[in-house]
Formats: sequence, structure tokens, C-alpha cells
Amino acid sequence: MRSLAFAVLFICPLLAAQDDSFLIRGATVHPVASAEIQNGSVLVRDGKIAGVGRNLAAPKGTRIVEGKGLHVYPGMIDSGTQLGLAEIGSVRESVDTGEIGKFDPQLRAEVAINPSSEHIPVTRANGITAVITLPMAAGGDGGGRRGGGAGSIITGQAALVHLDGWTWEEMDVKKSAAMAMRFPSIISGGGRFGGGDLPPDIAARFSFTESKKNYETELRELKEFFEEARRYQKAKSANLKGFKTDLKFEAMLPVLEGKEPLVVMASRERAIHDAVQFADQQKVKVIIADPRELGKMGPELKARNISAILGPTLALPLHEDDPYDAPYALPGQFYKAGVKFAFGTFNNEFSRNLPYQAATAVAFGLPYEEALKAVTLNPAQIWGVSEKMGSIEEGKSADLMITDGDPLEAKTQVKQLYIKGKTVDLTNKHTRLYEKYLNRP
Amino acid sequence: MKPFLVTCAFAASMLAAPPIVIQNATVLTVTKGTFTGSILIRDGKIVEAGEKILVPADAKIIDATGQFAMPGIIDCHSHIAADSINEGSVSVSSMVGIEDVLNPEDIAIYRALAGGVTVANVLHGSANSIGGKCTVIKLRWGKDAHDMIFEGSMPGIKFALGENPKRAGNPSGQRIGAGNVPPRYPATRMGVEDVIRQAFTDAKAYQQSWKEYNEKVAAGEQALPPRRDLKLEPLVEVLEGKRLVHSHCYRADEILMLLRVADDFGFKIRTLQHVLEGYKVAKEIAAHGAGASTFSDWWSYKVEAYDAIPFNAAIMTRKGVIVSLNSDSAELMRHLNDEAAKTMKYGGLDETEALSLITINPARQLMLDKRVGSIEPGKDADITIFDKHPLSNFAKVEKVFVDGQLYFDRNNDLAERAAREVEKKKMTDKEKEQQRRTAPGAQRRPAA
Repeated sequence: MRSLAFAVLFICPLLAAQDDSFLIRGATVHPVASAEIQNGSVLVRDGKIAGVGRNLAAPKGTRIVEGKGLHVYPGMIDSGTQLGLAEIGSVRESVDTGEIGKFDPQLRAEVAINPSSEHIPVTRANGITAVITLPMAAGGDGGGRRGGGAGSIITGQAALVHLDGWTWEEMDVKKSAAMAMRFPSIISGGGRFGGGDLPPDIAARFSFTESKKNYETELRELKEFFEEARRYQKAKSANLKGFKTDLKFEAMLPVLEGKEPLVVMASRERAIHDAVQFADQQKVKVIIADPRELGKMGPELKARNISAILGPTLALPLHEDDPYDAPYALPGQFYKAGVKFAFGTFNNEFSRNLPYQAATAVAFGLPYEEALKAVTLNPAQIWGVSEKMGSIEEGKSADLMITDGDPLEAKTQVKQLYIKGKTVDLTNKHTRLYEKYLNRP
Repeated sequence: MKPFLVTCAFAASMLAAPPIVIQNATVLTVTKGTFTGSILIRDGKIVEAGEKILVPADAKIIDATGQFAMPGIIDCHSHIAADSINEGSVSVSSMVGIEDVLNPEDIAIYRALAGGVTVANVLHGSANSIGGKCTVIKLRWGKDAHDMIFEGSMPGIKFALGENPKRAGNPSGQRIGAGNVPPRYPATRMGVEDVIRQAFTDAKAYQQSWKEYNEKVAAGEQALPPRRDLKLEPLVEVLEGKRLVHSHCYRADEILMLLRVADDFGFKIRTLQHVLEGYKVAKEIAAHGAGASTFSDWWSYKVEAYDAIPFNAAIMTRKGVIVSLNSDSAELMRHLNDEAAKTMKYGGLDETEALSLITINPARQLMLDKRVGSIEPGKDADITIFDKHPLSNFAKVEKVFVDGQLYFDRNNDLAERAAREVEKKKMTDKEKEQQRRTAPGAQRRPAA
């Protein structure tokens, strides 16, 4: 086997050189994990970063990528999408974002990712090289609305995938990066002074009493489900007679063992508080997803080392009387509270706009370096893959973008993109239609 | 008598208001280049803009050193400040109008102001082939509904093609007329054309009946006036060029269909709204003379948006169409400058072209370019000041002037927050206290 590999390498040295080994030189390199390097180089060998610095020497025959006047950044990571699970939001047949059933930990997003989705090349053309694709109960592109699953609590396993590959298997970075769930909350108009999470016309369908009852029921069911899972875990390890495999509980084992985090959709302070309490009681690891306010939860999140995936910065305030810039300022508040976070779009159509969510946060108080980290290194750390990606460091996967400026600015162009050192085609459905119709006689 | 005096005193104080000079700003005039200098505002109008201007002794100075002044942003497609959007029961609802449901207290007005918007075209929804009448407003936050209306603006009417008018009454994914919903014509793009043709055929006949009546009256003959038809009157205004047509559309086929229907009846489509496949028929749109008001990068949320591309604005611009970017959303409306910046990435528009999409071009589309859309002497002093270049995603709005009056100031907004919190707490405490006193134990359902 080894000799075969050698033989292949020997026979196709040129091919290998063209494919995933090269030297970028003369560019401004932004490693993210360390200070930027003017006139810097990045050496890539066999799809991995083999060196970063100034005046790097490359083995003879290495392909040279001239980076003069250009910038090199790590590829960006969108920490919340349904990429590959939904194509056209309004067409039920093309949407697989949320299943039927309240507790579906056995579901795997990865196996339903359509590698031919037009969304994938469109998204990566803006420098996004990896995404979390997660099954959702509500929100996002058709999630829960048209793909079923509106009432789901545990929605399934979130996958971390590269935005390149002939199959989902080739796209895979981490099959079960987290277990996705929605934390039960009181869904209603919330009284005269608090708007709900839902549009008023929907929220008004539930009275506060009804909604509270619903919330209590769901909370009880959630606890029962975890208790059952623990009994299953015990039964399994005790090798009890008559033990029967249960796929739902089987999928819960890594969560109970603290190996796999729960990524919990919790938008309001109350839900975040509940989720933190729940994690304490159950002794499981949680990541808070799409919080819309921080309230007094900062110290608690920090003390427990709980990270957050911040949803769209470009959003409307939660309540009518919130400051107009509340969503813009939220990432800055998380930063000040010392809570680690990454950005997610929780969307497909606008996943490519991930960097602008970060930029707006900078305008309203988040330090620039933190914004850049929140789309590169932070997500890699939060999803447990920082040894593999998220920055330009030796040994990491060569997920790189070469740009003509700051990627957080909309006017900046992504000139070249590499995933695992492989040049990625930047053309997509949009550029093809552009070329075709610009040249229409 | 007393109110009259008060009014007089108020008017006098307005007249006596000192001129304003915005100093040391980078001024993006959009139509007359960019320079570092000043803008002189008097009586709500821009009097002078240049590198060096004479500062009147009584002028109020706004120091904008390091900041960027641009014309107030104009959103050619919005549904804010309206209490209802769709009269969805009929396929032709030209008898209704947004003007009757304007809500000047909609918080979205203030939030849009805080995003630099000063003018919005408030449209009826897209449920009907021919929707309701539209109203252009200035975001004079704090004024009543009447004072929000952009005085002297051309009235408009909403049309809609494609999936939305097809779907109304014919829910998607079901057989037409399935369940309890009675089917509503039209259910296809063919039917949408027919509805519009029929409406204008009726409008022509109605117009003719008035013409004949007026001729008879002019000739001194006895005649009975035709019965007034509030549905057809706005369509006659369209035929006579007195009302602008703003039509929701997506696909190339339906865009072309509407242009040809308008050609046949001898009227113009003023703007094609959304027009996501406009890039496919850009030369036909340019030849008709229609404007196009689109999104920067929305796509794939429905079938007719699956061929939408972020290069749409750029292609149409290159092919001679007057293009604007609109929001159709209270959220997107808050950062139209970011949306404009995307056209530099997608299609390579330059800075002035990009800014034109949210200023002078929508002003032209609404026939308000003599009043707003650029920083030029004689125009309304609708000016937005950003802390950085507005085409940077790191920029935020500092101040917004409408008619020379400061309607948004970030510093004031920040300064007032603590007091507002106190006021809110007082009110919530009072409400709680009242709840305790009234109807003990009763479950009160909040008013929907």
C-alpha cells in the first residue's frame, strides 16, 4: 500500500504540484492567530500549511502564486446554516431542514447535504470555506415551516463540512459537531411590554397561560428524555439482559458523556438562563445559538466557559422599545462580557454575507480583530477543530482565501480560494448567468 | 383665535430659524462630485455646497470633521408606516390606498431614519394583479400622518405579477380551490395579463364616457354624468400619465408581458419592482423607459427568485436602465448603504454609481429628482452624515436631516437612553400596580 502511494507520488509529481502544493509569496498574510505579515509567504504542501512567514523557501518545482498587492486570510466558517439541506425556500420538496417529532437526536444533517446544491458555490465564492449545517426547529430558510419539525426540541446532529467535495463524505470535517436543539420557551405576545420571539400575529394566537403550560410540558418532556437516555446508558454499560438498541438514545450517549456539545437555540435571556441551568443539572456541554439579547447572563456564561453562536447582526431589535442598534451592539456586549463567540447566519441565501454581520458589529463596538476571529479561529475552537482549521498556522488545513482587501468589506473581491489546498472554482450559478446575459446581443 | 396665534408664532420661529452649516465634511453630492467642505442650509433647503463657503454670522455650525455627508437615502419600495398592506379579496384593488392607513407612530420610521433613510415609497402589497394606491413619505418622525406625506409627490399605484397574485386565494402546494378557500382568478401568469388588460379596457371605456359627457356639456347639450367608479379612476390617471405604476415582478416573461400591455394601452410603467430577472430583458426595459428597483442579493426563497443574481443592478445599469436598490423590509431598510456597496463587488459599479442606486436614481424613478436625491443648491436639505464612507460596512449613521431639521442624532439617542429606561420602568410599575388592584386572580389576556 505504501509503495503504491509512493509510486503514485513518483509518477505524478507534476499533478501533485499543481493540485495541493504551492507557495503564495509577496502577499500581506493575516494568520489571525498572530500578527499580520507584510510581504509574507504561505507554503502549502499536500493540502496542509507547511510554513508561514517571510521569504520562505519552497522546494524546487513548487508552484508559485504571486500575491503582490493581495491579502491572504484563512477561509471563513459560518457557524449556522442549512446549506445543502434546502434549495428553494418555498418549495417543500427541496427543503429538508427539520423533521417531524419532538426528540430526534438520531438525525444526521450530513447525510442529507446535497453536494450539488447551487448554494454551495455561491456561498464559497465570498470566502466561506466551511459551514455548520444543522437541522432546525424554526427560523432560517424554511426550517420547520415547510420541512416539518416546527415543534421539535432536539432536532438532530449538526455537521461541520467543507464547501467542496463530490460527495458529502468528501465534504465532511466533523459528522457530529454538536447536537442541535431548541430550548423550550414561552412563546406569546409576552404581555404589553415585551414582544415575543414571534411576529405579533402568530404570537397572539397563544395566550400567555397557554404558552406557559406548553413551556412547562416541554421542559418536563425534555428532562424525562434525558433521564431515559441516562437509564439507557446505564443499562447498556451494565450489559443488562434483554437490552435493546435504541437509535435515539444511542445518539445521545456522546452528549451525556460530555464529548459532544448541545448547540441550543435560545434567543431571549430567560431561555439562555434556562439552558445554562439545564446544562448544569444534566452535566452536559452547551453552546448557546442565536441569542438575541444577553441581559444579565454574561458572567454566568463566562464562568462556565460557555460559547455562543451569534445570529444575524443585521436584524431588527427584539422589542419595540429596544435601542435601535441593539442587535448591532450585541456582539460587542458578548465580547465585553468575556464570552467566546462565533457568527452564524442561520440561513442559506445570505450565508455569503457572513462577513458583513461581523463588520456591522465592529461599527457598533466590537474590536476589529475579534470580528475577524469570530468568523475564523473562534468557530474552529468552538466546534473543536482548531488543530485543523481556523487560522493560517503550520499543520492546519490550507483553507485560504486571497483577496484584494479586507474581507469584511462588501466591495472587496475574493480572487482565489483554496480548500484543503485545492484550488476552488469561484464560478457559480450567479457568475454564469452574469456572463451569459451581460453578453446578450 | 388662540390656536391661530400659536400657529403664527410657531411659523415665525421657523422662519427665524438660523441657517445651518455642516462643516469640514467629505461631501458626496452624488451628482456633482465629491469634495471636503461645507453645506449651507437655510429654510429647509440646501443653499450652497462647496469647499469654501461664506458662513453666515448667525449660522448654527455642525462640525463634521472626518465624517461623510451624503443625500438622504431614498427607499423606492417599503411597507413601513402602514397599518395594512394588502386588500387581498379582489384582483383589482385600485380603489384603496396607503394614504388612508398611514401610521406615523410606527417605530420602523425611526429605525429607518437611524439607517440614513429620509424618503420612502410606501406601497400596497403584491397579492393582486392591480393593487392599491401608494404614497411617498418623508421620514419626519414625530409629525402626524398628513405631514409625513411628501408634498407634491406624484401618486402611484402598485401592480403585481407572478407567484404572489397567482397564490392569493390559491394557496401554493394545493389544487386550485382545494379545501375551504374559494379560488380567486387569476391562478396563472396568463390570467394576470388578462386581469390587467380587462381593467385597462374598462378604464378606457370609462375615460371615454367622461370625455363624451364633457364634450356634450361643453357644447351646451344636456347630459347625465357617468357614474363615478373609484376603481377605474386611478387607472384613468395611469392612462393620462398622472399616476406612476410600480409593478412587483420577477421573471423575464412577465416583465416583458407588462411592458407590452402598457405599450398597447399607451401608458408607461414607471418602475419595475424587485425585477430579479430584469437583467435578462434589460434592453427591453430600457427601450420602454421603465426604471428598475431591485434587491442587491436576494435569491432562492421561491422558484421565481431562483435565477436572481447579485449582478442584476449592474447589468441593468450597463444596459441603460435607471436602477435603484430598495428594501421591501423594515430591517434591510436600515442598511441600504451596505446593499449599494455590494454592487461594487458584483458587477463593478463605481462609488458614484453605487450611491446613485439609493439616492438620485430612486428620486428620478419617483419623479422627485428636482427636490431630493443629491446635494445641490435648491434641493431639500435631506442629508445623512456617516462617521465613515457610507459604502464601508464599518460605517454608521451619526446625523440625519430632513428639510434641514435634525431628525436623528446618534449622540442624542445614546444620551436619552437612561431617561427612557426610567420612564419605561415607571410605566411598567404602574401597570403592575393596576393589575394587582383590578380583578384579583383573573387571567388577563393581553390585547392582540
